[in-house]
Amino acid sequence: MSLAVALTHRAGTFALDVAFEAGPGVTALFGRSGAGKTTIVNAVAGLLRPDQAQITLNGRVFNDAKTFVPPHKRRIGYVFQDARLFPHLSVAQNLDYAARFGAKANARAQIIDMLGIGALLTRGPATLSGGEKQRVALGRALLSDPEVLLMDEPLAALDGARKAEILPYLDRLKRDSGVPVLYVSHAVDEVARLADHMVLLADGKVARAGPLFDVMADPATVPLIGVREAGAVLRATVREHGKDGISTLAVAGGTLSLMGVDAPVGAVVRLHVLAQDVLLSLDRPTGLSAQNILPVTITAIRTGDGPGAAIALDASGDTLLARVTARAVTGMGLAEGQQLFAILKATSVAQNAISGGVTSAPTPAP
Amino acid sequence: MSVDPAGWDALRLSLLVGVVATLIALPLAIWVAWLLARRDFWGKGALNAAVHLPLVLPPVVTGYLLLIAFGRTGPAGRFLESTFGLVLAFRWTGAVLAAVVMGFPLMVRAIRLAIEAVDPKIEDAARTLGAPGHAVFRTVTLPLILPGILAGGVMGFAKAIGEFGATITFVANIPGETQTLPSAIYALLQVPGGEDAAITLVLWACALAFGAVALSEWLARRVAKRIAGT
Repeated sequence: MSLAVALTHRAGTFALDVAFEAGPGVTALFGRSGAGKTTIVNAVAGLLRPDQAQITLNGRVFNDAKTFVPPHKRRIGYVFQDARLFPHLSVAQNLDYAARFGAKANARAQIIDMLGIGALLTRGPATLSGGEKQRVALGRALLSDPEVLLMDEPLAALDGARKAEILPYLDRLKRDSGVPVLYVSHAVDEVARLADHMVLLADGKVARAGPLFDVMADPATVPLIGVREAGAVLRATVREHGKDGISTLAVAGGTLSLMGVDAPVGAVVRLHVLAQDVLLSLDRPTGLSAQNILPVTITAIRTGDGPGAAIALDASGDTLLARVTARAVTGMGLAEGQQLFAILKATSVAQNAISGGVTSAPTPAP
Repeated sequence: MSVDPAGWDALRLSLLVGVVATLIALPLAIWVAWLLARRDFWGKGALNAAVHLPLVLPPVVTGYLLLIAFGRTGPAGRFLESTFGLVLAFRWTGAVLAAVVMGFPLMVRAIRLAIEAVDPKIEDAARTLGAPGHAVFRTVTLPLILPGILAGGVMGFAKAIGEFGATITFVANIPGETQTLPSAIYALLQVPGGEDAAITLVLWACALAFGAVALSEWLARRVAKRIAGT
């Protein structure tokens, strides 16, 4: 599957000029509010006709100078931020809506099972919680047998508990359905957990695009992602769960002790290690309360206009990002190629950044 | 209270005119309401004004304009008579036309409000699920505005059975042919000693009007509920 998008669009004073491709797996379209993410997704869906566009899905032209395929002929599934269920139809009728227009609902039972909505079928949308609505909306989109699934901030309207309720379903969707996903978000934790590829939008343009692990580990993206939320994503294998609630996970450069890991032993999970939670030490520290110390080599130092500096670190093949002050860079005499130690506190990895169901290999193409 | 046969005829004719006028006007009103609520086109303002004109014109003026256009010598009247053999002036069919014209703005207003209360985003969702435009209207918009359509229909029906000014100007007051309930009441009140007979018809008219408004209110409340999805 390949979705190729190139478009320019002007709305008021905002100008959008982007081009990117999305392959199999989950491609995150990431940017601040107002970066033009929804405009792009609506253009892919055909709900908006941009000033200029070249949009193709698997070689089918959706939109170019001559062609504009209407939304109902595009075979895209769209999950909106507000679920947009049909209020006059039951959950089951919502799910079966696309079938009225010829969609083959081959995997109806599996999809209902995967999303855990079997018990809701006879209910009306108004009686559902926000998380339930969003799961039904997801099922309804999947049952339209789409070639690509568009998700526009599907969790943004939900509170933390509802988000935590639905994220495992998104993990399963990614693992089981094989439908490629264009996932719009401004929440770094969701992207770090779900995405395989990342397109970073800033000021109506694509600032950076590539595999998620590379983009997240690039010091240049720190100001775009936000200094508080930026941080590399690592793959880690769960080794054991201690009786004290601390789990041991293996990464390329050693082992880490973390709290609140709910994946089974042997599972490969993602860790989103915030750059601001990584400390650097020239010597192997002793007598510290922090347990997670990895030997690392500096691969890049990026000092911006502000007082901070982003430093990329190689940890035996993994990349970590650390954010320190520019003063520390000069004071410690940090330079590329230098070997030193990175310190991570056990609590520095947020629980929702640990994704139980994610396997190490990207989702294979259908 | 005794009711003379003319009273019965008037009541029967009013109901007939009301039903036929409502059935004719409703589909057209749905279409026009949808155009006004959902489409932008050249002349939209003019269409809106034309639809609402009978609401603000003196009914006698509307009736006279109908007579000019749809009278047997009027351009539309000649066309209808030569093409379909349909005569409107001074016939009950003309009373239907007057009722359609006078009730139309009420129907369009009620239905347009119902359509505007439907979130276009819900319709967008239907389009992404493979529904072409007409199917979106049939499967999403129409069911959601059904209470609004019924409310508009009831209002139009009530207007049709109560219409007086345009009707009497266009089709006069012929017992058994064009004498509707209001015309019959008017005729009785012109005759000395006719009040007794008139009062029965007045009570019927009150009951019909009250029932229609109550039904319309009840249906309108259901619009909001339905669109909220409860």
